[in-house]
Amino acid sequence: MTAMPAMLATAMETPTKVTVRDLDFYYGDTRALKSISLGLYLNRVTAFIGPSGCGKSTLLRVLNRMYDLYPKQRATGEVILDGQNILSPKLDVNLLRARVGMVFQKPTPFPMSIYDNIAFGIRLYERVSKSELDSRVEDALRGAALWEEVKDKLHTSGLGLSGGQQQRLCIARTVAIHPEVILFDEPCSALDPISTSKIEELIDELSDRYTIAIVTHNMQQAARVSDFTAFMYLGELIEFDETDRVFTAPSHPKTQDYITGRFG
Amino acid sequence: MTDHIVKAYDKELEALGRRIAEMGGISEKMLAEAMDALAGSDIELAHRVVSTDPRLDNLQREIEEAAILTIARRQPMAVDLRECIAAIRISGDLERVGDLAKNIARRTLQIATESRLPRAVVGLKSMHDVAAMQLKEVLDAYAERNAERARSVWINDIELDALEDSVFRDLLTFMMEDPRDISFCTHLLFCSKNIERIGDHATNIAETVVYLVTGESMPTERPKTKKALHTVDFGAKDEGTP
Repeated sequence: MTAMPAMLATAMETPTKVTVRDLDFYYGDTRALKSISLGLYLNRVTAFIGPSGCGKSTLLRVLNRMYDLYPKQRATGEVILDGQNILSPKLDVNLLRARVGMVFQKPTPFPMSIYDNIAFGIRLYERVSKSELDSRVEDALRGAALWEEVKDKLHTSGLGLSGGQQQRLCIARTVAIHPEVILFDEPCSALDPISTSKIEELIDELSDRYTIAIVTHNMQQAARVSDFTAFMYLGELIEFDETDRVFTAPSHPKTQDYITGRFG
Repeated sequence: MTDHIVKAYDKELEALGRRIAEMGGISEKMLAEAMDALAGSDIELAHRVVSTDPRLDNLQREIEEAAILTIARRQPMAVDLRECIAAIRISGDLERVGDLAKNIARRTLQIATESRLPRAVVGLKSMHDVAAMQLKEVLDAYAERNAERARSVWINDIELDALEDSVFRDLLTFMMEDPRDISFCTHLLFCSKNIERIGDHATNIAETVVYLVTGESMPTERPKTKKALHTVDFGAKDEGTP
């Protein structure tokens, strides 16, 4: 396999927010990522697609050091966020996670009120007055297109919301602490089509302000929401290109087989 | 290319290709018969060409519907998407080829009883030879998914344009020599325009085949040399045939 360029010629004008260089990842002795190199472009959406076990979620977990929670998992290479290697052991992982937020496959609201679900994260990182906290919570809920639906029941449990609303609550929680990068790990796979559309609309709006990476099994979704698409297979980055290109005329036969449903 | 995991998907795409091939065969035959009818003033044959056209129209509609259904049902990506789009485009071009052949047959019906000028038809026959070859080549290129072959069809269209120029000048000369041939020769002029248009549709198909195979679009400008024609421009360059 030839090494993929970290930069796309067509996207040269767009600065990279995150640059991944020669990234390898190991679960114990298993090498799950093999010399991955690519860039996440500033305020653009990058989709990661590939069959189960290809390493796309693993890559996402590296981008905010989620794997740190588990012993025997390690990454080598470089992941540069604004000039800083986030794989460095000296890095404050909590601060990193404030800058690189993550939304998971299943909505994961805390067992507390809608208000506190959002205020919790803000209080963790900052000391703010009650009135400022109120406005930060409102901003976050508006940012996640949830405000109108919950403004009259902010102090009821977040667990009482529908799946789609819970997912938007999680997105609100993520944007409340003003991250720079948001990682979505299959954010819609547990949602109905209407909720899915709302999340996709949200991702589009959020991309004005945030650099976004999304892992999805839904090819049409990747085609709809992303500017760039990375196809991964068996821990390798097979193709990385503009989304329009990948879904109409991919350059690698493996990509073509995968996105057209020919994978044998 | 390997098969789809869903076998019915392969069958749908194969069916599209088969129907395009069928349309190709019918339009080739219509063109050949229309030209035979013209050359031999064969009224019966001309009628047969006219009556074949609805089959082509129906096939085109079927292909379009099937391609749209496949898009709705499977959300095709990459080469599959191009396959569906190509089927829609090519069927449209072939349907037009049929219309143009039908128009030649209709004109044959009108001029069959008029005074004839056999040498005036000679130029048209050579135009037909080239157009028929272009059509055959591009249909083969589609069947083989051969972008190179399609590209040479695209380039060879220039030959047909040059022939049209010379037919145009010949017919003009005949009309000036003897005004009684004007009606006959005017119909032939439209026939030559029809054949030239058929060549254009062949190059359209060639462009589609290149897109289908490579995902790349051809340049928008096709090779053209029409300067000679415009020295005797009657202000009628590209309007539809009446």
